[in-house]
Amino acid sequence: MTTAHYTPNRTPLYDWHVAHGGRMVEFAGWAMPMLYTSIIEEHVTTRTAVGLCDITHMSHLRFEGPGAGEFLGNLLTRKIGDLAPGHLRYSLVTNYQGGILDDVLVGHFHDSKAQPFYVVVANGANRLKMVDWINAHLPKELAQRPSHEVAYWDVTRLWAMIAIQGPRTLELLRPFVDVDLDEMPYYTGAEISILHPAGQRQGGIISRTGYTGEDGFELILGVGIAPGVWEALLEAAKPLGGLPTGIGARDTLRLEAGMPLYGHELTEQINPFQARLGFACELYNLDYPGRDALRKLKEQPLDSIRVGLELVGRRVARQGCTVLAGVEPVGWVTSGSYAPTLEKTIAMGYVRPEFARPGTELQIDVRGRKEEAQVVKLPFYHRNKTKKGNQK
Amino acid sequence: MTPKELLYTKTHEWVHVETDPAGAKIATVGLTAFAIEALTDLVYVDLPEVGRQVAAGEPFGEIESVKAVSDLYSPVDGQITEVNSGLSNNLASLSGDPYGAGWLIKIKISDEGGLSELLDYAAYQEQCEEDNDE
Repeated sequence: MTTAHYTPNRTPLYDWHVAHGGRMVEFAGWAMPMLYTSIIEEHVTTRTAVGLCDITHMSHLRFEGPGAGEFLGNLLTRKIGDLAPGHLRYSLVTNYQGGILDDVLVGHFHDSKAQPFYVVVANGANRLKMVDWINAHLPKELAQRPSHEVAYWDVTRLWAMIAIQGPRTLELLRPFVDVDLDEMPYYTGAEISILHPAGQRQGGIISRTGYTGEDGFELILGVGIAPGVWEALLEAAKPLGGLPTGIGARDTLRLEAGMPLYGHELTEQINPFQARLGFACELYNLDYPGRDALRKLKEQPLDSIRVGLELVGRRVARQGCTVLAGVEPVGWVTSGSYAPTLEKTIAMGYVRPEFARPGTELQIDVRGRKEEAQVVKLPFYHRNKTKKGNQK
Repeated sequence: MTPKELLYTKTHEWVHVETDPAGAKIATVGLTAFAIEALTDLVYVDLPEVGRQVAAGEPFGEIESVKAVSDLYSPVDGQITEVNSGLSNNLASLSGDPYGAGWLIKIKISDEGGLSELLDYAAYQEQCEEDNDE
């Protein structure tokens, strides 16, 4: 750390991570465990049993008021007003040029004792940028329009978030919550009570979502009960072969699953069509920043598009490596790693559309030496799907 | 040999020096247990060709983990006489036996004076503690 007075944020699980061998690194302004024992072991555990990952670094914004859904629909690239309570939707936030400012998950919840609210889960690194963007688009006149009032709170520091992912997740979580998780389809969620004493009669929000390519849930808790619930979950996960997993495994898991990561595949210089996220952009009936630009971009040919790359050798092509067709630069790498499940070296990146067809042989300049690569279909990894947990 | 009998670079290579029957000094070079533990999740090691000339402080290869890639630096001036070529298909021996089966290369030393620049065990331990505190 070069800045003397700067300390990254600590999640309520920080002490636990340090006490249990977590290799702490700075990530998105937070001190997070890269790994505890081994990224590969933690990755494989998530694919074969269950992995628990502290993802409190994610930004949490809570929107409330009769105008909240309409406001979000005119800020995000997808309609939010029609999102039924208990449902979640993936969306983008774009700037006026159509570049991607953030990708977010929006949930709509209604606990029946208060008015409904929306949770926007944004990237950790984008928290202040998003807050500024929201403030700039929510002047007082709009926020206080009669019958359309909307207010929001940045509750990032009050809410902890734990990802519980892998084929044994349901077995682990059933006794912890008061809702029927088996009947909860993918991209839905609920407000819950924690049944374990560590929950101290508090509740939380659970959703069948994730960033690993496995079945699983993400659990939002108050920071006060998070350490106790985390330890109780880990204790219960032990007989199932479960482990705590760091953000290193989270990254390799999402990469195998072909999921983009902000700051890598997604930036303000990339538009949703290049990123293959056009499905998340409603071009009509909404009026959000970037909509007009996106309509124009949709009519234009793409100059580059996101692809999966599989390397022949073992050297890893990491972010920033140039993709070549012979000697001609045709793209760049945005993420790369050894893929523990596939036991191959993989990467994601952007190439000119004429080189994006699966099977295309390309080269990647890895630290001055060319490595052979082939364009492959995304995702790299597809789990064997069961009936529940995969309904869109 | 034990870690206490070895010499070290600041970049975490260990060196064991022996005299061959012809009287030449041969340095066996490896990577310390500290470095291997810090890397974790090794996926690849790239070693040079036998016969290549190397200079102290110059990269001779690279080692890659899931998270990052690092250069391997020659501790001495000389010519590479042997390479542990089986290592790339058996990375477990690097983490399992870093001071034995996990050796990387052997170098015929051309300038013995350079050996005095290397750290002894105590000095290397001290450096590792500093690295851990960072």
